[in-house]
Amino acid sequence: VENVRLLDRLSSRRAVVGTLYLTATHVIFVENGSETRKETWVLHSQISSIEKQATTATGCPLLIRCKNFQVIHLVIPQERDCHDVYISLIRLARPVKYEELYCFSFNPKLDKEEREQGWKLVDLNEEYNRMGVPNNYWQISDVNRDYGVCDSYPTEIYVPKSATAHIIVGSSKFRSRRRFPALSYYCKGNNASICRSSQPLSGFSARCLEDEQMLQAIRKANPGSDFIYVVDTRPKLNAMANRAAGKGYENEDNYSNIKFQFIGIENIHVMRNSLQKMLEVCELKSPSMSDFLWGLENSGWLKHIKAIMDAGIFIAKAVAEEGVSVLVHCSDGWDRTAQVCSVASLLLDPYYRTMKGFMVLIEKDWVSFGHKFNHRYGNLDGDPKEISPVIDQFIECVWQLMEQFPCAFEFNERFLIHIQHHIYSCQFGNFLCNSQKERRELKIKERTYSLWAHLWKNRADYLNPLYRSDHSQTQGTLHPQIAPCNFLYKFWSGMYNRFEKGLHPRQSVTDYLMAVKEETQQLEEELEVLQERLANLQKSQSGNNKVKSKQQDRSQQFGLYTSNNSLANTPQEYSNDLKSFPSRSPSQGDEDSALILTQDNLKSSDPDLSANSDQESGVEDLSCRSPSGGGCLPSEDSGKDSDEAVFLAG
Amino acid sequence: MEFAELIKTPRADNVVLHRPFHLAVEGTLCLTGHHLIFSSRRQDNAEELWLLHSNIDSIEKRFVGSLGTIVIKCKDLRIIQLDIPGMEECLNIASSIEALSTLDSVTLMYPFFYRPMFEVLEDGWSSFLLEQEFELLSSVTNEWRLSCVNKEFSVCPSYPPVVIVPKSIDDEALRKVALFRHGGRFPVLSYYHKKNGMAMMRSSQPLTGTNGRRCKEDEKLINATLRSGRRGFVIDTRPLTVAQQARAKGGGFEQEVHYPQWRRIHKYIERFNILQESFIKLVEACNDQSHNMDRWLSKLEASNWLTHIKELLTAACLAAQCIDREGASVLVHGSEGTDSTLQVTSLAQIILDPRCRTIRGFEALVVREWLQAGHPFQQRCAQSAYSNSKQKWEAPVFLLFLECVWQIHRQFPCSFEFNEHFLVLLFEHAYASQFGTFLGNNESERAKLKLPQKTMSLWSWVNRPEELSRFQNPLYEANSLVIWPSVAPQSLQLWEGVFLRWNRPSRFLEEAEEERINIIKYNKELQAKVNALRRQLAEMETDGEVQGEE
Repeated sequence: VENVRLLDRLSSRRAVVGTLYLTATHVIFVENGSETRKETWVLHSQISSIEKQATTATGCPLLIRCKNFQVIHLVIPQERDCHDVYISLIRLARPVKYEELYCFSFNPKLDKEEREQGWKLVDLNEEYNRMGVPNNYWQISDVNRDYGVCDSYPTEIYVPKSATAHIIVGSSKFRSRRRFPALSYYCKGNNASICRSSQPLSGFSARCLEDEQMLQAIRKANPGSDFIYVVDTRPKLNAMANRAAGKGYENEDNYSNIKFQFIGIENIHVMRNSLQKMLEVCELKSPSMSDFLWGLENSGWLKHIKAIMDAGIFIAKAVAEEGVSVLVHCSDGWDRTAQVCSVASLLLDPYYRTMKGFMVLIEKDWVSFGHKFNHRYGNLDGDPKEISPVIDQFIECVWQLMEQFPCAFEFNERFLIHIQHHIYSCQFGNFLCNSQKERRELKIKERTYSLWAHLWKNRADYLNPLYRSDHSQTQGTLHPQIAPCNFLYKFWSGMYNRFEKGLHPRQSVTDYLMAVKEETQQLEEELEVLQERLANLQKSQSGNNKVKSKQQDRSQQFGLYTSNNSLANTPQEYSNDLKSFPSRSPSQGDEDSALILTQDNLKSSDPDLSANSDQESGVEDLSCRSPSGGGCLPSEDSGKDSDEAVFLAG
Repeated sequence: MEFAELIKTPRADNVVLHRPFHLAVEGTLCLTGHHLIFSSRRQDNAEELWLLHSNIDSIEKRFVGSLGTIVIKCKDLRIIQLDIPGMEECLNIASSIEALSTLDSVTLMYPFFYRPMFEVLEDGWSSFLLEQEFELLSSVTNEWRLSCVNKEFSVCPSYPPVVIVPKSIDDEALRKVALFRHGGRFPVLSYYHKKNGMAMMRSSQPLTGTNGRRCKEDEKLINATLRSGRRGFVIDTRPLTVAQQARAKGGGFEQEVHYPQWRRIHKYIERFNILQESFIKLVEACNDQSHNMDRWLSKLEASNWLTHIKELLTAACLAAQCIDREGASVLVHGSEGTDSTLQVTSLAQIILDPRCRTIRGFEALVVREWLQAGHPFQQRCAQSAYSNSKQKWEAPVFLLFLECVWQIHRQFPCSFEFNEHFLVLLFEHAYASQFGTFLGNNESERAKLKLPQKTMSLWSWVNRPEELSRFQNPLYEANSLVIWPSVAPQSLQLWEGVFLRWNRPSRFLEEAEEERINIIKYNKELQAKVNALRRQLAEMETDGEVQGEE
């Protein structure tokens, strides 16, 4: 479709005209401008909603909202074209078969071997070994070999040694969807563990001997402690309501030596609405400070993030400080349980705060334990009530921790944003389907590529320059402040206003430091080469003239500690380096270096909406975002005056 | 007056000091004329706390049996608690602190007693003279002149003795204009934009009154800053209604009929007690220690503090936009021209002028646009957020300015030579200091108090190399561009470095700062090494050639 206008959300004045293309996998908008011809690519799988608005004189507006928080506002001249685009997109954005998804057609030009290597990058067996199991207390169980006991669990599962197959099967019959207690994290230092399950089918009075034995076995696997915590991550009211349906929670009287604890994290429906409310605030055209803060508070989003974090902190404390094992569950044990177990693991074990470890963590607590990626993130057309930003919340928890512990994580914010992007993009096979079983049936590993290999290949872009493996923050357990520190939880504009570059800091400290570190590395290499050359020269000259070489030794020492400003590498060069960096632009650069995922044709959704220089966008922000507006300057003079003043808003 | 008279109990033992995020420490408390000193001599943890009495904003006392507790709330927003055994000692100490922290005579303040332990390399009192500023200006334009019309502070008591005005306006005209402007604050040059020769002037409101008085000299003065055929903007920091009401009290605004070349824009900036209330509410919210602090965001919102920040930044950006983008000259004023006017003109300079983003340049800006321009520091900063005295002239005007600078700094972290600590330092010293810099309300008062002779300047201390190094931003790279900050709510954040400074764990953030410094330092060292080696190798190679020739 030609002559389509792409509107800038912040200013109706700044629109670009171009051509809209629909392909099998992408919506592509190409600007008409002769020199730049900037392109905006959006994957169909990223589209979360399409809204056709009332036709106006200029054309028919089409609003596309994406799951990665991009909002695209198009105006199509002909109503009929608009309707066609709308109908096609509705169909394209809601695939019904897995085979329609992008990952089955995406080809990064890797051979078969490289693909297989890619899938081997994250190996859960290796991970359990790293944790220290199997050992005297824990063993691998093959009870779920053919998904016979629980179809949403993986085949390989770690259970206490004293839990026989009989106990496991018995316990599984007493748990929602047969998700029996299994090991999520084992703490080598003190034998304490984090186990996970679904809710027990206790109703008002039902008991199950095998389930009681199962919990007993978990306690015995930690000989240093005489009880375990059972953490129900639901609000108490929700858990009680479940009893009427024959489900519920553990009765402390029936289980020996457990301490039962509710931690009120709301369910997926509350979270979905909360995100919706927050996004509405983000989308406000020019909110006042009050609109924004009120909206953010009313959405409840940060409160929910804090609840998840508090649960994680509680568990991490129990394991690290008290040495007590914890069994975590919610209803089905695949949403809140996954969030809480992974936050706790992240706090407990520095390994998960490395790039590789973080991939392992997601693979372990989310992918292998049957988090329903397909349902939650709407990859295939399905029940909209199943959709909820569960893993988004976990990713945000990590970001909040990164803000509090800037040196503790090996990866940077961009890493998190790209993972979030690909959970929805369906470009890689990792997050397809709802369980391991379904993925095996689809032969994901033979037919698609792994995201982890892709991220690993580009790991230089995702490094946190402040991370040092020997830094105190990278050792041991993280202890975030819990007490009265609500104010430590901040709005993440880097994620939710990700595509509005104008709102972000114009210079990125991370990118700057990364460029400096890169240069440092080059300098180190050069230094080595130079020293070698020097040694060779000295050797060859020392025979000639001993006195002379002595002098040179002295001059060398002198040289090492003198700095000279007029040297070849003046700081000016950093800014040139910076320009080539993919993310946010430094001040000197122009703004069109958006978040780039394009290394291998992944033009999925990089919105280069802002072609303007820093200065332009600065002015822009100012005039259309201020409540009273640079544009409508109140003055006692009549229309003439305000007409004239409008140019200030330009 | 002898301070000793006020100190009934100069010393108390076995006092316990409580601070957030610190273990309680036991030690000895001493009171001197200007300080509260707490020292603990425990072997594992010897430490001393020195607190200026003038830093104390409020003090509360309570008793449990004979154990007294006093809670001291400081102007830098810190709160400490002292447990003092013995009711009498506690009462004495509390009343002494109260008396010593509210001395009403300026000359009894600590700066008049402070004897520096460092060698003065450069006297800060003469570091930033307007004459030097004018010299710089003269190198790019000759349209301006220095006027000494206010030599004896006779024309305008709140102006410095010398000011910069358009060359074509003589002193006689200035005297007439002064009579037409509130408090005699006639329009003077605030900033000259080299790039396009546009000027930013500041003044107070014109005294048009209800009958629309005019002053030909005033019109001539401000028109002198316009290029022929071009227009200028008057940015009035009051809403139109307030400006109109001001006419009833003799004030007013520039009427279009008399200033046809000027376009007036009203950009409302909140002032006085509204700001003070915001400040108090915000600090209250930040100090709320209750565990279920659910409504943090609504408390933040209710304080309106960030709204003021947003308004102020927007007004400053607008002024900068008029000058840089529209190529127009600008006149900024509110009512008196000593508060919101100065906020706008100084922030606009941060945006426009790279020099103001250096340490030295920022100091010069504070001196020029705040101290010399007659911002009444002593009135505005007499009390901070904990005080019960609700004087209507107290307002965190300067703090708001510093926070706006911080907001811009956060968006352009590589464009400022100074770091956040420097801004915090200025906040502290504006409220309580051993230096005389922020005493008095204007240059005239400072001259009468003989501050340059009798007290030490903050700049004499800060500009020593060993102090300066603490305030340098390791990421700084001179950026010659105009920097346009975003004023969207998503882009503005609470200034944690001031408001949460004492109630957040800061260790991890400090470690990160250290790491940043180390990365840059190591890089610079390597550069030096590599270059030295390169040079050495080059020398050896040429030597080798010489030898070979021999």
